[in-house]
Amino acid sequence: MTWINVLLQGVLLGGFYALLACGLSLMFGVMRIINLAHGDIAVVGAYLVWVIVNQTSISPFLAALIVLPVMWIAGYAMYVLLLERSRRAGQLVPLLTTFGLAIVIENVLLQVFSPDVHSLGSTAGGLATASATFGGVSISALGSLTFGTAVIVLAALQLFLSRTNAGREMRATAQDPDAAQLVGINARAVYARATAIAVAIAALGGIFLAIRSTFDPSTGPTQLIFAFEAVVIGGFGSPWGTLLGGVVLGVAQVVGEQINPQYAILFGHLVFLAVLASPRGGILARRAGEA
Amino acid sequence: MRSIDAQFGLLKAVRRVSLTVEAGETRALIGANGAGKTTLLRTIAGAHRPTGGSIVFDGTDVTRVPVHRRVEMGIALVPEGRRLFPGLSVEENLSVAGGHRRGGYWTVERVLELFPILQERRRHRAATLSGGEQQATAIGRALMCNPRLILLDEVSLGLAPRAVAGVYESLRTLVSGGTTVVLVEQDLSRALSVASRVTCLLHGEVVLEGVASELTREQVIAAYFGTYGATAVGATS
Repeated sequence: MTWINVLLQGVLLGGFYALLACGLSLMFGVMRIINLAHGDIAVVGAYLVWVIVNQTSISPFLAALIVLPVMWIAGYAMYVLLLERSRRAGQLVPLLTTFGLAIVIENVLLQVFSPDVHSLGSTAGGLATASATFGGVSISALGSLTFGTAVIVLAALQLFLSRTNAGREMRATAQDPDAAQLVGINARAVYARATAIAVAIAALGGIFLAIRSTFDPSTGPTQLIFAFEAVVIGGFGSPWGTLLGGVVLGVAQVVGEQINPQYAILFGHLVFLAVLASPRGGILARRAGEA
Repeated sequence: MRSIDAQFGLLKAVRRVSLTVEAGETRALIGANGAGKTTLLRTIAGAHRPTGGSIVFDGTDVTRVPVHRRVEMGIALVPEGRRLFPGLSVEENLSVAGGHRRGGYWTVERVLELFPILQERRRHRAATLSGGEQQATAIGRALMCNPRLILLDEVSLGLAPRAVAGVYESLRTLVSGGTTVVLVEQDLSRALSVASRVTCLLHGEVVLEGVASELTREQVIAAYFGTYGATAVGATS
């Protein structure tokens, strides 16, 4: 029974990682940009919700309804003002730009909010600690909510990409931006839209992070690593791959934790390394080289 | 009426070429490899930025207009090598362009009527198609933009003779529908048979221009290989 429990906790944790990772995967898939500021953007989302909750004492989920559109717009602006210019300068430049952006975000957060550690857990109305037990297997309410949200977000993204006109345009632009423009697609707008979606979902991930755990200005890079590992394990490109990658990472960490609490992160890294070293990791390397 | 004046100062590829194409005309651009035909087409479509000169489409200067806006204005290019979206189905390849149509005759169904070979392949990924099917999809995709001017770059390249015949058959349908066509073609006799006027480029310059039926094969071949001399008929340089 313990191991079923462990597996289940791992799967639920995986939903959280998938939520963090899917924006990263989208940006890489559509425009071959690895956004090194992704984790910090998630933390910005957490801080914005924290500020609203502190000022108005509304539920963090209500606050998220305000924050997500704001982050969507911020993402759009981030592409138009920062990434587009750096894309024109070459393949490596966007990587450096997002690295710089990560440093700027962390230091601005440090200036504005001080290095104090915060959490939204206590504001979520007992949700963070509630759980149900079925025959010895305990399921946390927050874990289920996170996982459910991740599945809904990824399914919505999948539907958007496969069924809507804007999604088709995004896939076409990802496959051949030059040809896409020749059939009348505004590639710049498509890229800006993809960045906007990625940033908004990252912020959503950050909000769940803030409810389930704690955050401070330097939390971002760790979250980036988890998100990156989930994306690599699942294989770049497909939303369901990202969910699978998140779940594998989550289960690895929880199994490691079961063996020794210090092993949690280590086990996640080991699975990541194993995937990188496998032939699938090779496929990934080739795809990155083609870009 | 509509005309395109294109003057380019592109180093090497295209040198101060002036070209006027009347509405409804079918113009063939011929020339040896590296003569600048593809660059010229891509510049008209907006995929290539000219270093000098201007492009006027239907009385509007479009030189600074980005590619996707030119598509909305009615210029569509079938690029060399087809450049389909490999992961999208035939139908998606068509409808992704249809989303920007200015409104007009062409729809997915009408394109599939024009190219019956695509009918049963409509749900297949473009990457799995044969060369002829891919070319039909590429032309169909350009048609979905409902162009008034369609630019065709080497549409017969790499195709079986039968597939080429099919492609040219559909071209005739287009021309009779009033669409202006500018095509780049390696096959001289095909170019001369389908086009009303012919422009021959050599090293990025126009060396010969004239009505297709009035030009002799010898004149064209001489211009093609640059043995024509300095007194080319109707040449602009």
